[in-house]
Amino acid sequence: MKKFRVFVWKEFIHIWRDKRTLTILLSMPAILIILFGFAITNEINDAPIGIYDKSKDELTSKITSNIINSGYFKLEEIIKSDDEIIDVFKKGRIKMIIIYESDFESNLTKFNTANIQIISDATDPNVANTLVNYAKSLVNNFIMIEYNISPNFKIDVKMRYNTEMKGSFLFVPGLITILMMLIGAMMTALSLTREHEFGSMEYLLTSPLNSYMIIFAKLIPYLLIALFDIIVILILGTVVFGVIIQGSLLLLMFECLLFIIMSLSLGLLISTVSKSQQVALMISLMGLMLPTILLSDFIFPVSNMPQWLQFITNFIPARWFNTIIKSVMLKGAGIGNIINETLYICGFIVLFLGLSIFNFKERLD
Amino acid sequence: MNTVVEVENITKTYNTTCAVDNINLSVIKGEIFGLVGPDGSGKTTLIRMIASLIKQNSGKIKVLGFDNVKDYKSIRKVIGYMPGKFSLYQDLTVEENLTLFATIYDSDIRTNYHLIEDIYSHLEPFKDRQAGKLSGGMKQKLALSCSLIHKPELLLLDEPTTGVDPVSRRDLWKMLKKLINFGITTIVSTPYMDEAALCDRIALFQNGRILESNSPNEIIGKYENLLYKVKSYNNYLTLQALRRFSNDSLVYPFGESLHLVLEKNDSGIDLIQEYIKKQNIGLVSFELIQPTIEDAFILLMQTKNSEIL
Repeated sequence: MKKFRVFVWKEFIHIWRDKRTLTILLSMPAILIILFGFAITNEINDAPIGIYDKSKDELTSKITSNIINSGYFKLEEIIKSDDEIIDVFKKGRIKMIIIYESDFESNLTKFNTANIQIISDATDPNVANTLVNYAKSLVNNFIMIEYNISPNFKIDVKMRYNTEMKGSFLFVPGLITILMMLIGAMMTALSLTREHEFGSMEYLLTSPLNSYMIIFAKLIPYLLIALFDIIVILILGTVVFGVIIQGSLLLLMFECLLFIIMSLSLGLLISTVSKSQQVALMISLMGLMLPTILLSDFIFPVSNMPQWLQFITNFIPARWFNTIIKSVMLKGAGIGNIINETLYICGFIVLFLGLSIFNFKERLD
Repeated sequence: MNTVVEVENITKTYNTTCAVDNINLSVIKGEIFGLVGPDGSGKTTLIRMIASLIKQNSGKIKVLGFDNVKDYKSIRKVIGYMPGKFSLYQDLTVEENLTLFATIYDSDIRTNYHLIEDIYSHLEPFKDRQAGKLSGGMKQKLALSCSLIHKPELLLLDEPTTGVDPVSRRDLWKMLKKLINFGITTIVSTPYMDEAALCDRIALFQNGRILESNSPNEIIGKYENLLYKVKSYNNYLTLQALRRFSNDSLVYPFGESLHLVLEKNDSGIDLIQEYIKKQNIGLVSFELIQPTIEDAFILLMQTKNSEIL
């Protein structure tokens, strides 16, 4: 036991004396959450648009001010001729142009119909779609109220679990998943291969230490750092971005712990198959981070993927954890709802740990 | 049981290169056994096999009665191993490294301090310095202290003095000599011939084979050839002239002079001297001298090579 303690102590010294890495590890959650929260957002705020008003009557200016005042759009350019349209888009700032046909108001009163054209920059199709939909519904609502028309049927939409459609509800759990992979898998993989690379493994191997002790002593500091990061993300997520943890905090932490252990064992496995830190880094980044980000349901919905790709996502532990954490955090799920996913994570732990112990070499060759 | 290490017909190949080729040797309790030879002659590979770090392709190694493949765990309890490359934790201080290694073996610094006192006392003023920031000699002293702190029965040192200043080298060797008093057996590899003379017994390595294994004195004693120290103003011209005289004669630079080897009953030295006089390269003196280990090694290498040819 004393041996184990001194070994954990040694690992802490390694981490503590490597101030640069430590700073990155501890500040990463805060930096990422702020990046995701403020910069990388797909919510629409003050999107720059242009208005081409060929009619210039009272109604069109009312509609325009209604659109601008919604807060979603910012009037950036007043367009005066057809030729300008192309130029404005080419400059790249304007995302959408709203065009009123000439005699808009009189047409509407005379023929009961008038045309608005919306041209949008669809280089980013999702943004374009959202902008167009926002604009359409703003105009429709305005006309309905102005002319007191009510349609024959009404669709009642309820956005459950995220009424305000906040992006933070998506990225806070997603970030936890990614960070746990990063710290757990990558850092452990690096730290074990470092012992091989610097030759200190030769000392450890020729000593009576058993391999379990070497391995488990390495996991403890990273486990603590990962837990610290989760807590930072949860605090920032709830305080700054207003995410409400619906489910039991205890269950949430338990599932996080399980996932950390899973990624630590994955890191171990990587370290047993890579000869140098560089290889370990490549495997963790290319082989782990990319699939974790792309195939875990974090950014791209798995249900939209082709069948074969959906099948592959079954082997991405983060995909199961993403479901768990979203259910517990946002929907208030209990252990009963997520027992399947939890078992999957446990399965991965057993698999990875087993493989790493099987793979761990007690010799150099 | 007096034999600490028994190496029998050991062969180790990496892919197609043969690192160690059918080696036999035995090491007796309490001696310093030197593995002497140039880089790449198989010393490190043999030490690693004895340390149970790698497996041989064929043959048997017994360390204190334990098989290095089957009983590697028992071996690891009783050996102290110091790799050729400095491999302690660079970000841990001198004292932290030592504490760590003592604790790994369920020991502490105080218990066996007397073993390392001589060299560790040099390190003590720097005990709070990180190991990576020590000088080359200091690093090796620390590494040796770390491999000794648990009082191993067998100490395996892989080129402990490579890259170390002459003063530190002397310190290290003084300490190795002292370890005999504590019954510690040492196997040390070195490329330096002057260190070979400090060992109780040595094995001369070349290309994965042992040329000769004996005590340094006996190896020198077996040297039957005549060895001449040749002093001249221009070693290069003299060397050329000597080689011109006879293609077969063995002559090589040694320090500031040349060494010339003749067969034991060769009386041709007069003829050589006469020939050299006519070469117009100034005054050249010939002196019959006692060989060193290095001379013995060079001669052994020469004979082995000509056997192969």
